[in-house]
Amino acid sequence: MLKNLTIGQHYPVESKIHDLDPRVKIMVTLIFIVSLFLINKFQAYLLVFVFLGLVIKMSHVPLKMVIRGLKPILIIIGITFVINLFMTPGEVLYQIGPLDITREGIRQAGFMALRLVLLIMGTSMLTLTTSPILLTDGIESLLNPYKRIGLPAHELAMMMTIALRFIPTLMEETEKIMKAQKARGADFESGNIVRRAKSLVPLLVPLFVSAFRRADELAMAMEARCYRGGEHRTRMRALLMVRGDYLALLITFIYVGAIVGSRLIQI
Amino acid sequence: MDPIIKISNVSFQYSQEEKNALNGVSLDIQPGEFVAILGHNGSGKSTLAKLINSLLLPTEGEIIVKGMNTKNDDMLWNIRQTAGMVFQNPDNQLVATIVEEDVAFGPENQGVDPVEIRKRVDDSLKAVDMYEYRKRPPHLLSGGQKQRIAIAGVLAMNSECIILDEPTAMLDPSGRKEVLQTIKKLNHDENKTVLLITHFMDEAVQADRVIVMDGGKIQMEGTPKEVFVNIDLIKKFGLDVPQVTELAHNLINEGIMMPRDIIKIEELVDAICQ
Repeated sequence: MLKNLTIGQHYPVESKIHDLDPRVKIMVTLIFIVSLFLINKFQAYLLVFVFLGLVIKMSHVPLKMVIRGLKPILIIIGITFVINLFMTPGEVLYQIGPLDITREGIRQAGFMALRLVLLIMGTSMLTLTTSPILLTDGIESLLNPYKRIGLPAHELAMMMTIALRFIPTLMEETEKIMKAQKARGADFESGNIVRRAKSLVPLLVPLFVSAFRRADELAMAMEARCYRGGEHRTRMRALLMVRGDYLALLITFIYVGAIVGSRLIQI
Repeated sequence: MDPIIKISNVSFQYSQEEKNALNGVSLDIQPGEFVAILGHNGSGKSTLAKLINSLLLPTEGEIIVKGMNTKNDDMLWNIRQTAGMVFQNPDNQLVATIVEEDVAFGPENQGVDPVEIRKRVDDSLKAVDMYEYRKRPPHLLSGGQKQRIAIAGVLAMNSECIILDEPTAMLDPSGRKEVLQTIKKLNHDENKTVLLITHFMDEAVQADRVIVMDGGKIQMEGTPKEVFVNIDLIKKFGLDVPQVTELAHNLINEGIMMPRDIIKIEELVDAICQ
């Protein structure tokens, strides 16, 4: 059961979007997020739909996969919608008990919900089309200039890589320990929440002990392979910007220009 | 020829313990040699491996790796490059999430040019027969395959000497076979110096020279035949002789004539068929 859990939800198919430089994809995603907050009228969402639709179409990721990413935050969207619906002052349309639904409230609630939905869909496109390792490389390379002000870019990336490497290993180990403890009569399923939390102790203690042992051995193995931090280190796979990457950036800038333009037009 | 590893009168003591883990060990290893170190748990064999790689420093005596003293801090990275190391647990020595990235880890640390790294990674993966697995995540591989990746990681660093610290202890029989075949091939075809630490006799039999350690000292040394003839002495150190040697020994005791130094199945077959 634990093995099926994957981090991020990389959807490995061949596509133009998958082939983009991870740095470009991270930047485009950031610009996309900002663009959502620049929008001040419903009509402008049309631009976002076109842009996001184009990206999804080109990525060969099924729309169902993208929409599935919304599931975990459905509650948050719901709460945002309801709060905005009732809490925005303005022209009263309906009254439910002490609560007022205003015309502005409906507009605001729809606006916010749409913004959140597009935000999640847009950012999940990044994780769907980029493998975790490329994502890490991209983050490291984008953070590199901030090394001068003391940001440990390489160390952060190395930590992410090791975490990604060991998640499946530790998952497997958790399952093994769970089975071993069950064989000795441990009960992980029954009882109230306090009881169940307590029953996790015989699972977590061995898991932590083994994680520390692994860390110790890995550190030694890394040292034996001449690891000495980020200084003087080269990479086998150097990130390289090609024409497609510049094109993607250009399209994104045009899109943002259109969004900014839409603010200026009075309808 | 100068020995690639020269261990002279080395003693080592772990800080929390009273007894020395190693007591006056001296050993020369020639370039291109395949040496097996045998010993039961706590005999000091793993400590010796870490000392050669400069992960530990000797309390007394000194170790010279290809002319470099392991106590010399400036030479630390050159020593680790010359004498690459493979550890026991296959899971705890792979760093990256993709096989080829992991093999590239060593040369990346050395600051090798990306084009050269690419070439070394491809060559090393082909040398251990794992080239077709280069895009896989390591956690989906078998134990034997993971150990071969770890060996490829050492090869990619262009190490002349490979130290393997019980690389097969956590593997199943087929995984052990894979790894041992890889080691033999590298020793034979690529002329790598191999220092194999093990407690499997059938692995030690394959080596050019066998060293038996006990209580932090070298107790026996010689070719596999010379060492395994002394069945009683080997057993005294808590070790076994290869099964065929034991069988031959028992047959001799029953009055059947055959040579005493049988260590491989084929030799026993030949002896019986004569």
